[in-house]
Amino acid sequence: MSALSIQNLSVDLDHVPVLQAVNAAVPDGGWLALIGPNGAGKTTLLRAVAGLVPHRGSIRIDQEDLGALRGRARARLIAYVPQIPVLPPDMTVQEYVLLGRTPHLGYLGAPGRRDRAQAADACDRLDIARFAGRRLASLSGGERQRAVLARALAQDPQVLLLDEPTSLLDIGHQQQVLELVDDLRRSRGVTVVATLHDLTQASQYAGDLVLLMDGNVEAAGDPATVLTEELIARVYAARVTVGTDPGGHRVVTPVREPPPAPRP
Amino acid sequence: MIRARGRRLPAARAYGVAAAFLVAATLVSALVGAADLNPVATIAALLDKIPLVHLTSGLSQLDRAVLFDIRLPRITVALMVGALLSVAGAGYQGVFRNPLVDSGMLGASAGAGLGATLAIVYLGSAGTAAVPVAAFAGSLVGVTIAYLSGAVGGSGTATLLLAGVAVGLFLTAVQTYVMQRSAQDLQQIYSWLLGSLSGATWSQAAEILPYAAVSVAIVLLHGRHLDVLSVGDEEARALGLNPRRVRLIVVAACALAAASAVAVSGLIGFVGIVVPHVVRRLAGPSYRLVLPLSLLTGAGFLVLADTLARTVVAPAELPIGVVTALVGSPVFIGILRSTAAART
Repeated sequence: MSALSIQNLSVDLDHVPVLQAVNAAVPDGGWLALIGPNGAGKTTLLRAVAGLVPHRGSIRIDQEDLGALRGRARARLIAYVPQIPVLPPDMTVQEYVLLGRTPHLGYLGAPGRRDRAQAADACDRLDIARFAGRRLASLSGGERQRAVLARALAQDPQVLLLDEPTSLLDIGHQQQVLELVDDLRRSRGVTVVATLHDLTQASQYAGDLVLLMDGNVEAAGDPATVLTEELIARVYAARVTVGTDPGGHRVVTPVREPPPAPRP
Repeated sequence: MIRARGRRLPAARAYGVAAAFLVAATLVSALVGAADLNPVATIAALLDKIPLVHLTSGLSQLDRAVLFDIRLPRITVALMVGALLSVAGAGYQGVFRNPLVDSGMLGASAGAGLGATLAIVYLGSAGTAAVPVAAFAGSLVGVTIAYLSGAVGGSGTATLLLAGVAVGLFLTAVQTYVMQRSAQDLQQIYSWLLGSLSGATWSQAAEILPYAAVSVAIVLLHGRHLDVLSVGDEEARALGLNPRRVRLIVVAACALAAASAVAVSGLIGFVGIVVPHVVRRLAGPSYRLVLPLSLLTGAGFLVLADTLARTVVAPAELPIGVVTALVGSPVFIGILRSTAAART
């Protein structure tokens, strides 16, 4: 049984088809990476699952059709972290993380003790409890990303949608964030769907890949199936070699051919 | 438990400061004026009005009339107007995620101005009585037109603000035309446009009380929603909030609050911007605190401003809109400077 299954998903933006009959599935507690060149429709796919763009086709979580759910019920199942989240500069980390409890509150309800405990727990998990009282504007890039993840975790979702979670981080913080997400996935059973540009990272962290091109699924399956030199060359118009790291994951290395020798 | 650090006041202390400011402003205003009231006797007379408290004030019959029939109604109306303008300003700022939005934006002030002008010019002697109703209706009509035209242009808040500016300019142009055609009414129109509480009565306070209570209650109940809106429409939706619905409800309530204030006071600018700003500097950006603290602080601020308006050039009066701007803007700039220095 799939935690998340997407069937025949199509999305038009401004009357232009952006996704066409996309199918994808992730097992419960799995990690699905959406890869593909810029403009392939990765972000649109995430936004459709989050309920932020109108779509055709069905999206189910444990057989429950998300199309039938209202915003709040959907937000209790799915947390969405955009590529560049809006961080109100003067809000404290603690206040920000508490916003994650929104879908669990009634219309006129206020966050109670349980909500605060959940938010504090999310801060502990992501090791940001130390600076819970700091303003968001004062955080570094890595700290910000962890604050955003803590907010998503406070939402207590079954599915975590991440749009380019590492795009603004250095390589060390990229690994740190991906490890944190993987840790949440394993310890809390959260299903992760993330768009990733770094194909090596996609292979190292995700069990399933979906390669999108021009709104269509070009390839899907485990990293060994999807990450081949021919496919990457065709879809990305890139020259790469695909090797294997000590952990058995695919390593995609860009290759530059030597420039032509200067004429004598 | 984790607590906000930095220069922010804890919530309880912020409430204490705001309430103390409100009480102090009210007392000063009750004691200051053309008639010299004995401070101790005045306070005793005020306390005597509290249920279960019985005090003999020793105020003369005349002094009692000054206090209860002239000063207190005016103070009460000032408290209400200040609270309404500040809560409406803060609410709009939350809806538009823009700290520079005022309660008079979105065509509210322009609509009220046009309504009042039409009443004064075309209703003749009956006009004076009709001005509050005309201003109230004009303000609401202005916001409605702005909201509808903004909604046609798209879902963004920027569109709505721009529509408000356009509608405001249009209504002001109509008003200017009407004024220019009726020079004999200019004095009366201007004195209304600049704002005054000199005609405040108990019945005015009672008339706007239902609108004030309902609108303020609705805005206060949406503080948490405005906090969620501060992460943007898209993320707010991903958190299960309906930004359009929240925006519509809060804008409607703020428009009603501002219209109630305008009906009894004329146009008083600046309060809706400066008060929420001061509050935010002291207590942080969460609307769950900013809204109620703006209510208390705004009420006190306007009572003080009105006290200045009626005493500085006594026996004449300054328009209160002039006072709020003259006093408010230097204070405002000072606050911006001092907190900027503390932050860097």
